Amino acid sequence: MEDVLLGRILTAMTLAFHIIYATVGVGIPIVIMVFEFLGIKKNDYHYLTMARRIAKGYTVTVAVGVVTGTIIGLQLSLIWPDFMKLAGQIIALPLFMETFAFFFEAIFLGIYLYTWDRFKNRWHHWLLTIPVVIGSSLSAVFITTVNSFMNTPAGFDLVEGVFKNVDPIMAMFNASTGVRVFHVVVTAYMTAAFFMVTVAAVKLLRSKHTEDRAYHRKGLKVNMIIGLAAAALTLLAGDLSAKFLHNEQPEKLAAFEWHFETEENADLILFGILDEENQEVKGALRIPAALSILSGNKPSTEVTGLNDIPKDEWPPLVVHYFFDIMVIFGMFGLGVSALYFILKLFKREEWAHSRFMLYLYALSGPLCFAAIEAGWFTAELGRQPWIIRGYMRVSEAITQADGLGITMIMFGVLYLILGYTTIQVMVNMFKNESARDSQIAYYGKESLMEQGGRF
Amino acid sequence: MNYEIIGITALWTFLYGYVIVASVDFGAGFYNFYAKATGKSNIITPIITRYLNPVWEVTNVFFVFFFVGIVGFYPDTAYYFGTTLLIPASIALILMAIRGSYYAFNQYSKDSNIVWAFLYGGTGLLIPASLSVTLVISEGGFIKEKAGGIDLNLMELLFSQYAWSVVFLAVISVLYISSSFLTFYANRARAFEAVEIIRKWFLIWTIPMLVSSQFVFLGLRSNNEAHFMNAQNYWYLFGLSLVFMWIAVYLIYKKRRYGMAFIMVMLQFLSAFFGYGISKLPYILYPYVRIESVVNESMAFWLTVVFILGLLLLIPSLIILMRMFLFDKDYVQGKED
Repeated sequence: MEDVLLGRILTAMTLAFHIIYATVGVGIPIVIMVFEFLGIKKNDYHYLTMARRIAKGYTVTVAVGVVTGTIIGLQLSLIWPDFMKLAGQIIALPLFMETFAFFFEAIFLGIYLYTWDRFKNRWHHWLLTIPVVIGSSLSAVFITTVNSFMNTPAGFDLVEGVFKNVDPIMAMFNASTGVRVFHVVVTAYMTAAFFMVTVAAVKLLRSKHTEDRAYHRKGLKVNMIIGLAAAALTLLAGDLSAKFLHNEQPEKLAAFEWHFETEENADLILFGILDEENQEVKGALRIPAALSILSGNKPSTEVTGLNDIPKDEWPPLVVHYFFDIMVIFGMFGLGVSALYFILKLFKREEWAHSRFMLYLYALSGPLCFAAIEAGWFTAELGRQPWIIRGYMRVSEAITQADGLGITMIMFGVLYLILGYTTIQVMVNMFKNESARDSQIAYYGKESLMEQGGRF
Repeated sequence: MNYEIIGITALWTFLYGYVIVASVDFGAGFYNFYAKATGKSNIITPIITRYLNPVWEVTNVFFVFFFVGIVGFYPDTAYYFGTTLLIPASIALILMAIRGSYYAFNQYSKDSNIVWAFLYGGTGLLIPASLSVTLVISEGGFIKEKAGGIDLNLMELLFSQYAWSVVFLAVISVLYISSSFLTFYANRARAFEAVEIIRKWFLIWTIPMLVSSQFVFLGLRSNNEAHFMNAQNYWYLFGLSLVFMWIAVYLIYKKRRYGMAFIMVMLQFLSAFFGYGISKLPYILYPYVRIESVVNESMAFWLTVVFILGLLLLIPSLIILMRMFLFDKDYVQGKED
């Protein structure tokens, strides 16, 4: 196989694996923060126990997130040395800041996890969630600015293959930074919330600990609120992204949508199969003028088509499928959480917790993760063939070293083993210990008698 | 201000920090496994767990910090080290991934077992070995510039006496540093049985420690004579290192002031590490990357700004962390749970 393809697969593999843990890492602190807040505010041991149980599972995912993050950090130099040599001149700053944010988070997470019983005033322990949330979200922000730079480079002049007149701040706050950071952070919150929705739904569907029902219903509700809010923001982020791409990266939007001819009243294409020779799309759902409206709020907006872009700068057209998956699966969470609250609004409590609905809720978490993966594949494949759009092609950045094939196999095996063990450990962690047992272990038998624990 | 000096000093200090923190961590993992395998687990493991639980993540950040920083200040290193180290660094990364993950799996899972303890403890000795190879390569002689680019001469590396002596020194240092810290920590925890065991481990490692560091010097002479000669100019730093070592060994042998002994061990490595580092200059990677190849002015300026701001945030945080878990008597003695 060609080296550049091997390098791409290896990078994709590492990122695809890391993103699962990274998303959990950015999103879950918010969930923990909310639950502990509610627990203290309402003096409700269910919420407190929930925050603590989530934190326990979170620790394991953080460990794997840290190591896979370290891997990708070094792999950038190992697989793409020429890229780092060039771009290191200008992306070093956000990378460095990301490390600081991560450091900050690591310190306070360490303190948070081992001081549950150490403070007389519970609010003091809750305050520790603030640096953790700030640290984890900021590391997402900084690392996304790096990726944004690769999409819409700014802040330098390229003179004979070297960056001159470098302005690292302009590079960080490039054209796509705002919209991408917003998209990444809210989808992480959303995914974390729906992941916990899934846990609650599965526990309500098949847990042997029937005494935990009230506990899981409470968890379901709160996570639905977080999920709905984050999903609504995600919708907004998606809309902003479309407008942004229309203005700044038209080739990417055109590839997402198999949009070949530059025209007004451009259709939005959902699903379908492409006949690349004749540029014909079969079996697709066409929404008239929707692409123009998405791009510029009115049907008369002219959307650039791929035929106006040099063919050797086309992204691979397969991105359309990933784009569809991202949109549909992403909307699913919004749909179920809206449905949940509509049923509640009309006092259909028993419907909202019916088995059918619970199955739908249970799907939302995995589908969110699939949407995150598909979204990143959309974004990254959509940037091909560039590694720094307009300046350096992926093929120019690949290492000259031998051994990419064997390296790819080694890491593939590693991720399989780590993924498998994580699932095994997480399942076993909560399978045999009911939330009630945890509550007694954390807060003593008396806690059952106090408000909120009386079930 | 001179950015190349700021850059290299910051990076070298962080690398030193990593050497100390990671050695304690790696060694602790290995001792934990050893104790489990020999049935002493109930004496040693609680001490190690209590120390490691809140700090293991922080250890890793020191390393990330270093490699992000070096690419930031000296992007050329990404090219030379990145290209040549694909296989060795990938192996190190895989070991680190196994170690970090299995630490958490072993610690927080009910199904913890000896295999997981082995994965987490055993890798702890292999990682310093594999990482130290980078220092060997930086001395030059193993990278060849050819028509299409650069290449690492793996065979030569594998049969290099110098490389092996550095690897041995790295592994022994880990066990040595770690046992000196754990002696102090166990003593604070008033776990006197554990102190006895760990103290012996420390004393056992002193002789190989001395011998292997001599071999490293001899190896350096045949590998990079200019560096070796330059090191002579800083003989006092190496001499100081030896003095600190004798004080540490004396204190622990006499069962006195374990805290001071650990500080002496830290100073021992500080002076040797900086002696090595300073005498290496101006080369970062002999003979390709020199200290002058620092990034553009504006980036160096912002990196320095961020670095200072970052430290203002980190140092107080680290002090809080240490006060809560290292110097809090109740926590150390396990009265929390």
